[in-house]
Amino acid sequence: MAKITYVEFGGNEHVVDVPNGLTVMEGARDNGIPGIEADCGGACACSTCHVYVDPAWVEKLPHRDAMEEDMLDFAYEPDPVRSRLTCRLKVSDALEGLKVFMPEKQI
Amino acid sequence: MGGIVIVGAGQAGASLAAKLRTLGHDGAITMIGEEAAPPYQRPPLSKGYLLGEMELDRIYLRSSSYWQEQMVTLKLGAQVAAIDRTAKTVRVDAETIPYDQLALTTGSRPHRLPAAVGGDLRGVYTVRTLADIDAMAPEFEAGRKLLIVGGGYIGLEAAAVGAKLGLDVTLIEMAPRILHRVAAPETSDYFRKVHDDHGVKILENTGLDRLTGEARVSGAVLSDGSHIETDFVIVGVGITPATQLAEEAGLAIENGIRTDEFGRTSDPAVWAAGDCASFPHRDGRIRLESVGNAIDQAEVVAANMLGAGKAYQAKPWFWSDQFDVKLQIAGLNTGYDRIVTRPGEGDAVSFWYYRGYTLLALDAMNDARAYMIGKRLIEAGMSPDPAIIADPAADLKPLLRP
Ligand SMILES: Cc1cc2nc3c(=O)[nH]c(=O)nc-3n(C[C@H](O)[C@H](O)[C@H](O)COP(=O)(O)OP(=O)(O)OC[C@H]3O[C@@H](n4cnc5c(N)ncnc54)[C@H](O)[C@@H]3O)c2cc1C
Ligand code: FES
Repeated sequence: MAKITYVEFGGNEHVVDVPNGLTVMEGARDNGIPGIEADCGGACACSTCHVYVDPAWVEKLPHRDAMEEDMLDFAYEPDPVRSRLTCRLKVSDALEGLKVFMPEKQI
Repeated sequence: MGGIVIVGAGQAGASLAAKLRTLGHDGAITMIGEEAAPPYQRPPLSKGYLLGEMELDRIYLRSSSYWQEQMVTLKLGAQVAAIDRTAKTVRVDAETIPYDQLALTTGSRPHRLPAAVGGDLRGVYTVRTLADIDAMAPEFEAGRKLLIVGGGYIGLEAAAVGAKLGLDVTLIEMAPRILHRVAAPETSDYFRKVHDDHGVKILENTGLDRLTGEARVSGAVLSDGSHIETDFVIVGVGITPATQLAEEAGLAIENGIRTDEFGRTSDPAVWAAGDCASFPHRDGRIRLESVGNAIDQAEVVAANMLGAGKAYQAKPWFWSDQFDVKLQIAGLNTGYDRIVTRPGEGDAVSFWYYRGYTLLALDAMNDARAYMIGKRLIEAGMSPDPAIIADPAADLKPLLRP
């Protein structure tokens, strides 16, 4: 279980407990948090689960693989350092306190 | 006030209901689904879920509390038997439910094999619902023989799962090649090889004469007269849109429930979206069977039910997972006259469909980069010089600048 903060583009914050083993995307989906669309349901096929992670977290997360890298490159206004696909981020105790920011829109 | 009633609690129904709330609609919403499960995703059914890699609670589209919080009344395990358009009601079992506006998101039904060729034998399955998968899952034991009828995406995905789990898989395709209806020969060749490398036996130009067995299937006679043994059979030979309810209610049908560009059917109080709906596209009319279409079209219909007057512009995309290959498709390849091949790194490759110099679509295998660029180009109506596409050294990203 990890407490994760999702910040909508307008600044609205949602703090939720996400069980281990789920993805950060699924945590948003299960709690009805707007701003993460996840059209492909986590198949790494749509890039509509894109977020910017809090700068303090960039180095703590496992690195992006080539597929995520390529999908992100064409997401809406990606940030070379902070952008991630939330369906690639598995929740574990190590993610306690993670904070992610939603982009203005998902492609 | 009857509020909004949605028939079909699948991908499109769920998106429609959720979007109505996001847009601020606060009237009553009732969603009726004949399946027992709350709205879930179908793609994992023939992929991760069948493989046992994705648990049940992860395939639901929303958490169980979400629908309650959003005040969407879910009626599950309840089939709508009739629509009375004059009284503006739908009938479910003994109940009559009134509506102000009705949305039909009834999806599609898989083709089944006729009983005359053994379609009603035990051990013969189709792949559409969670219940279908739960019924067939115990059959997937290493060493058993699986026969797949139909070489489309569903059949090939099921074949990949079977082979991964150690089954002896044979796939028959009546057409000269797998994926005949949906993809270019290049893509067929690519996937034939992938399956071959993993031990799936693919027999093209081979139809099914009949299944054999007493009560339960035990074999099949193929169109070439040969007989093969099998422990169970999966039939993936296409779907038909679920239009019966609409048809009986007298709504116009044209390869699906006919809608205008706003998603409205021939009755102004009734709308349709997803697999079941056919809508205007370019000079004609199409129906799309994909998650992307179900979501986008349902969201446009939700807005239009609230008066937005927004035309639906389809941006077709699709994906498929087989073994370690991720296929991503953008655009519609109908009417293509040539294929431009773009080699990627390692085993990555993409096939670009052109009509003359117009880019129509692409199939990208393990090449998210090519897919994302191609998708953007197609959506922007841009057609790059095929020579650039074919040159693996050329960077495609600058093409996106108009
Ligand atoms: C195994 C499988 C794998 C797939 N893989 C992919 C993929 O990788 N990528 C992709 O883009 N697409 C994929 N698809 C297609 C995609 O799942 C569908 O296009 C999408 O689900 C369509 O959504 P829908 O809401 O129109 O229909 P559905 O999701 O089928 O929902 C319709 C619902 O309506 C219900 N219903 C029908 N009639 C009634 C009635 N009278 N009363 C009450 N309820 C009724 C049905 O039972 C059903 O639950 C796949 C489909 C399947 C079956
Ligand atoms: S949910 Fe589609 S890429 Fe993450």
